[in-house]
Amino acid sequence: MNDPAWIDAALAAARPQAVAALLRYFRDLDVAEEAFQDACLRALSRWNENGPPRDPAAWLILVGRNCALDALRRKAKHEVLVPDAAEDEVDPGADETELVERLDTSHFRDDVLRLLFVCAHPSLAPTQQVALALRVVSGLSVKEIASAFLVSESAMEQRITRAKRAVRDAEVPFESPDARERSDRLEAVAAMIYLLFNEGYSASGGEQHVRVSLCDEAVRLARLLLRLFVAEPEIQGLLALLLLQHARAAARVNAAGEAVLLDQQDRGLWDQEAIAEGLALVDKLLRADTIGPYGLQAAIAAVHVRARGPEATDWATIDRLYAALETAQPSPVVTLNHAVAVSKLRGPAEALALIEPLAERLDGYFHFHGVRGALLGQLGRTDDARDAFGRAISLARTPAEAANIRTHLDGLKSS
Amino acid sequence: MLYAVLCYSQEATVASWTKAKEEDLMHRLQVVQEKLVADGQLGPHGRLMPTTAATTIRIGRELAVVDGPFAETKEQFLGFYLFDCETFEEVLEAAKQLARERESGALEIRPLLHYTPGRTLA
Repeated sequence: MNDPAWIDAALAAARPQAVAALLRYFRDLDVAEEAFQDACLRALSRWNENGPPRDPAAWLILVGRNCALDALRRKAKHEVLVPDAAEDEVDPGADETELVERLDTSHFRDDVLRLLFVCAHPSLAPTQQVALALRVVSGLSVKEIASAFLVSESAMEQRITRAKRAVRDAEVPFESPDARERSDRLEAVAAMIYLLFNEGYSASGGEQHVRVSLCDEAVRLARLLLRLFVAEPEIQGLLALLLLQHARAAARVNAAGEAVLLDQQDRGLWDQEAIAEGLALVDKLLRADTIGPYGLQAAIAAVHVRARGPEATDWATIDRLYAALETAQPSPVVTLNHAVAVSKLRGPAEALALIEPLAERLDGYFHFHGVRGALLGQLGRTDDARDAFGRAISLARTPAEAANIRTHLDGLKSS
Repeated sequence: MLYAVLCYSQEATVASWTKAKEEDLMHRLQVVQEKLVADGQLGPHGRLMPTTAATTIRIGRELAVVDGPFAETKEQFLGFYLFDCETFEEVLEAAKQLARERESGALEIRPLLHYTPGRTLA
């Protein structure tokens, strides 16, 4: 077992649980992070010699706690401020199992949730949340996070320091949360993971300097969360949604770097294993009667993926799922997407009637004008369609988006 | 004699492997597996999806379908079935038929990520 990649993976896997437990002991993010870092250094030499311990997370928690207590004791000079742990060996060595049993691991589900929630705290701006999670939970360096977001290292350092100060001031309680609080935390954490995924999904270049892809990391965190809360429908839905979207990553961009829409993608490039897992989760969700917004979006993605080709898409099911999503989480963007399904099923006139009331709220939204232009074009209102497409192009955020609309415009002229 | 060899590991660590690490390991395993199939020893083998994709049928006076993997440590792994079904509903119904004949324990349904038939076993 002389494989450094194994140690890296074991450290990365143990990190959320270990830092979360250390945060509970020391109630300070910086102390917890530093303690974990010290434990990792010891793990690198120790595990290389003796092979990995059976429970890497427990080993790291114990060693990290002892390292931090030592450091605090040295700093305090007097031992009045910290619990006496003189009887503990800093390194548990071969006798780890007995020591591990002395650790309180019963709260570790809520520990990990608390750590993630600290990063997803409502007092933080979305970009702060993602940066803090990548630093604290995923263990990326500030330099890596800075390059992922295309900002300078010092700017990112400052962003993370401010975020840490904000969550310290917010004082997330350390008692076990009640059911209501737990579900609020899960919701905030799920949103943060989804944000992280979208950050990776729309990343433009910065990503290649980072050793892990942000999308992969979001999938890993969703998996971690689901392993802890295995029956939570929305966490299942979130993981399914991420897997089904991520599975199509290789087909989303062509050789020239242009975006390829779903119905033109080469399905041979889709990641079949990720799709199979996403579909298995959707199957479970559809059996239960508690399917939430993430689950519904995953179910919609599943219908697209299950179709043998774009022309075989089951639009009736998609229409039904979007109607449910509009009830569960009403938003003009959901209605806009619903309208696409309606146009396939019942024609452009009905779809247009559905989106016209959104004109004011979605006036600054690229896709609104793109969809509206396409519907107007289908209805033969060529001049109106041209106006809508023109508006879309003016709102396009990437050359690929603009190019896509131009293709539609060309289609108008020739018809 | 037929033998089942079962694989155990920490899911969190496996989920943290880099793509390169995963591909490397899978490739090395595949080389050995193909050799063992060619030697005439190895039959069907496959990789299960993570436990998060599992559903468990708890057997009591009535059958209870529970989301998630089988988690008790007091019961032991005694046997397995491999089904080929079109839908999840179908495999669930099939497994329930088996569950109804049992008095206790559980059946965990876990989709396969991939499967190789290997040598046809006698």
